[in-house]
Amino acid sequence: MSVRQLSVFAENKQGSLYETTAILSEAGINIRAFSVADTNEYGVIRMIVDDPRTAAYSLSSEGKIVSVTDVVGVQISDSQGGLSKLLGIVSQAGINVEYLYAFVSSIPNTANVVLRVSDNETTEKILRESGYSLLTDEIARTQI
Amino acid sequence: MERYYQKEIETASAEQIREWQNERFLKTLAHVWKNNTYYRKKMIDRGVIPEDIHSVDDLWKLPYLTKDDLREAYPYGLMSAPLSDCVRIQSTSGTTGKRVVAFYTKEDIDLWEDCCARAIVAAGGTKEDVVQVCYGYGLFTGGNGLHGGSHKVGCLTLPMSSGNTERQLQFMVDLESTILCCTPSYAAYLAESIYEKGIRNDIKLKAGIFGAEAWTEEMRRDIESRLGIKAYDIYGLTELSGPGVAFECCEQSGMHINEDHFIVETIDPDTGKVLPEGEKGELVFTSITKRAFPLLRYRTKDIAVLKREKCSCGRTFVKMSKPMGRSDDMLIIKGVNVFPSQIETVLLNQGLTSNYQIIVDRVGTTDSIEINVEMTPELFSDTINTIEIRERQITDAMKSMLGIFAKVSIVEPKSIIRSEGKAVRVIDKRKLYG
Repeated sequence: MSVRQLSVFAENKQGSLYETTAILSEAGINIRAFSVADTNEYGVIRMIVDDPRTAAYSLSSEGKIVSVTDVVGVQISDSQGGLSKLLGIVSQAGINVEYLYAFVSSIPNTANVVLRVSDNETTEKILRESGYSLLTDEIARTQI
Repeated sequence: MERYYQKEIETASAEQIREWQNERFLKTLAHVWKNNTYYRKKMIDRGVIPEDIHSVDDLWKLPYLTKDDLREAYPYGLMSAPLSDCVRIQSTSGTTGKRVVAFYTKEDIDLWEDCCARAIVAAGGTKEDVVQVCYGYGLFTGGNGLHGGSHKVGCLTLPMSSGNTERQLQFMVDLESTILCCTPSYAAYLAESIYEKGIRNDIKLKAGIFGAEAWTEEMRRDIESRLGIKAYDIYGLTELSGPGVAFECCEQSGMHINEDHFIVETIDPDTGKVLPEGEKGELVFTSITKRAFPLLRYRTKDIAVLKREKCSCGRTFVKMSKPMGRSDDMLIIKGVNVFPSQIETVLLNQGLTSNYQIIVDRVGTTDSIEINVEMTPELFSDTINTIEIRERQITDAMKSMLGIFAKVSIVEPKSIIRSEGKAVRVIDKRKLYG
């Protein structure tokens, strides 16, 4: 059920992000969500794209270090307290969130949240039981 | 007036030195031939037997020993005295793979300490002095060597070992240390700390004996003016005993080699050909007084020049210049020997590629080493935490291999500059050899 996320290693230097986006653009990939985590020396670019396989292939053939990870994608209400409610449920269930990023959706009044947790299955089960719609690769490709 | 620890020896005539060398060399050769199968085999392989050797003039006939031999013969292969006669080992910094151990009988230690005592007296040491030894004690020869020498001179000896600058300075002030023994970079660091604390007028140092790493004349002048002392160089290798193989006198223009204990040659590092005295080349030493671990024709990989001329100090031993470089890729960082191959071993053990670059620098007076490694799919993860844990594992493995902290930086794949298809492994920004 989960969504495939692409992570790319990027040194902290000028032009590093552009290199990655240029490769994807060249390969005809549409980036649906994009976030960067950075340390003093390097960063990790995390993305949801419309075609993870082609994207991973293009990046690694250009010498980039890429990994594909299953993450939990969930649709929430784009209103005050929407994210907080979701995190409340996750926290109640004792799930530790490694990182997350959120972005508004093309669907009206809807936002998407990508969660990196240690146990995808349990998290998805809990979220489904709480009435959330989960993102899939298919939805990520077309609708978000 | 110049003072000596062993005047008759240190000022002996060339003929006398020659006589000692001939006698001791032949005795050592016979001892090694009889007791050391490793070197005997090397001699036989080369087609030379003791009967072919009549004096120091025949030294060239003997095979060289290198660090590789010492590793191959590790641990006991080059020991030439029965274990029951040996009382100590010392060892070079490095790893299981690279470690070199040297053995000493009681007499070997005694003679080694004589060499160090000569260095201390040449630096103006007397039994009135307070000698602060901040070389590392333990396996490293620096601490134990100067410590023993200081005892022999009769100085009050402070066995501080390395590190803990606060305590070093406190003792230096409270006990009024007069002679400092440490690496030149640590001396420079201490000088800085002394200024920062504003205790320049509280210290009583008059001389320093600094060795175990390369340093320039500029650094000497800097340390001398900041501490108000005379700074003397000292040279040695664990393989040959430790510090005190050669030492500086009041002239401060090269180090007198203790020729009653060592025969020195300079050779062309590429061809192995012996060079005329005075030509720049790799130093090769033959120890002629040791019993437990006498090395014949040991290649030091240090490039230097020998100078045999009348010295105003009255000593007659030949002088060697400061080492001007290395004929191998060994780096000396914070006084510790580091080989790029050690770093490569760690990286490969940790599942990384051998695409790496070592950047050595000296920030202020402290050496730093940074290792750039290219990111690999195995090391990479979408979570920073995971990458950091792996980075820490590499740093820890590096520390236990090298004995010093090395910063590990992960860079993009294929970003390490390659020249003619081969990566430039080491960038040393320190310009140590002027």
